[in-house]
Amino acid sequence: MTALVESRKWEKFFWPVLVSAALLALWHFSVVWTATKVFPSPLDVERGFIGLLHKNVLWKDIADSLRRVALGFGAAAVLGIPTGLVLGWYPAIDQVVNPTMQVLRPISPIAWIPVAIIFFGVGDAAAVFLIFLASFFPIVVACVDGVSNVPSVFRRAGRNFGLTPVQLLTRVVFPAALPQIIIGLRIALGISWLVVVAAEMIAVDSGLGYLVIDSRNSGKHYDLVVAAMLIIGVIGLLLDTGFRGLEKIRSVRWGFRHEY
Amino acid sequence: MESTVAIATTPAIETKLRAEHIYMSFTRDGESMPVLEDINLEVGNGEFLCLLGPSGCGKSTLLSIIAGFLSPTSGEVKIDGEIVRGPDPRRIFVFQERGVFPWLTVEGNIGFGLFKLTRAERDRRIAHYIKMVGLEGFEKSYPSELSGGMKQRLEVARALAVNPDVLFLDEPFGALDSITRLIMRGELLRIWEAERKTIIFVTHDIDEAVQLADRVAVMSARPGRIQQIVNIDIPHPRDINSPRYLELRTGIFNQIGLAHHL
Repeated sequence: MTALVESRKWEKFFWPVLVSAALLALWHFSVVWTATKVFPSPLDVERGFIGLLHKNVLWKDIADSLRRVALGFGAAAVLGIPTGLVLGWYPAIDQVVNPTMQVLRPISPIAWIPVAIIFFGVGDAAAVFLIFLASFFPIVVACVDGVSNVPSVFRRAGRNFGLTPVQLLTRVVFPAALPQIIIGLRIALGISWLVVVAAEMIAVDSGLGYLVIDSRNSGKHYDLVVAAMLIIGVIGLLLDTGFRGLEKIRSVRWGFRHEY
Repeated sequence: MESTVAIATTPAIETKLRAEHIYMSFTRDGESMPVLEDINLEVGNGEFLCLLGPSGCGKSTLLSIIAGFLSPTSGEVKIDGEIVRGPDPRRIFVFQERGVFPWLTVEGNIGFGLFKLTRAERDRRIAHYIKMVGLEGFEKSYPSELSGGMKQRLEVARALAVNPDVLFLDEPFGALDSITRLIMRGELLRIWEAERKTIIFVTHDIDEAVQLADRVAVMSARPGRIQQIVNIDIPHPRDINSPRYLELRTGIFNQIGLAHHL
């Protein structure tokens, strides 16, 4: 709570709703006043959205996008966390690998699309590979930082109680780094959701990204384009909110507050 | 004035720990900086020894060497006649309160070092030490929910739970407010009298040293040397207004070279 005066309950809902309503109105009247024939009004988008709901394709598209993210992000987490822990634990290895990683890391996953298609052809595997690439580096970096920021008192205490190196890693270093690792996973998940849409526009023919591009290509259905965009936004928000729930687990909550 | 300070270089009881000709220097910017110079120290079994000195005198470095976290440049530490080569669960180091693990509950912290015991024995020890340090009712609490004094008691309990022979305490009450600090000293003495561990306690607080220790090793400023070892021949519980207490305290003040007037 940084606000000096805590807002009243109705205010917490009232102001955000008011702002959203104002933006919708601005959008609506902009469309009306400019008399555009191409860009949809909020009501067009609503009709498009209802139309999409009645088509079974929408649910399949959502499921496809989520599945690709689950596979790509899941593989990145499964490989990235141990990699990051090892690199953080052995700075000598990190020094060897770090320059390569620093060069690969800033390359936009979009730039990898042609390469992914050479490797995997047009299809699911290419999209999953791109998501994997996009989320792997943030996860590794978060783990390396997490491990190297573990206070030395914790390591000393662990060694003092006679832990083997493996026990030290699993019982001290990992739990001590876990809050930072969770932050890294959250960032990576957000990036995955951005990348899956881009990948689906090019590499596959299903999913929400495909829905956007296909709605445009098959007769300029901009109502459907915007409806799909809003669905992407809402699902992204839900994913992030779900992940934030992890930060409330009692054994990691200490890492997300200033006091301790 | 110095004649009123009882000087004792060796403890009266059997030796538990012996530091012989410890030298330590750190290299900084290519230059070797001596931190400790020819430290010789003997600590008796069950004795409470305070290492007292101004900040930066190397007393914490000396404690880390004795605990096996650092290797001295030369010299060696022997405990029960065995050369110390690393940390050991028989000798537990207590940091300031930040040494407790924030991801574990009070129970989890106390049970941390007990992984080799059976479940029943572990639970019994956890319950015993929770009671000893007065943390009943906080078994499932996390350190972030505890006060500074409670965290410090938790760390002492975690150390005692593995039944070590020696406890190393590095300015353990330094981060606490002065009232809590006084209470904690009393608690530590009560625990020490019950368990009779050998304790080496690092502090820069003269009163703290005279209140707690059997003997006080006074260290000089860097490079640290042991200037003098003072025998605190006052039985517990100590009256901190007694003439003898004030006399010993004054003696150490003079030894460190401090005046009595601010």
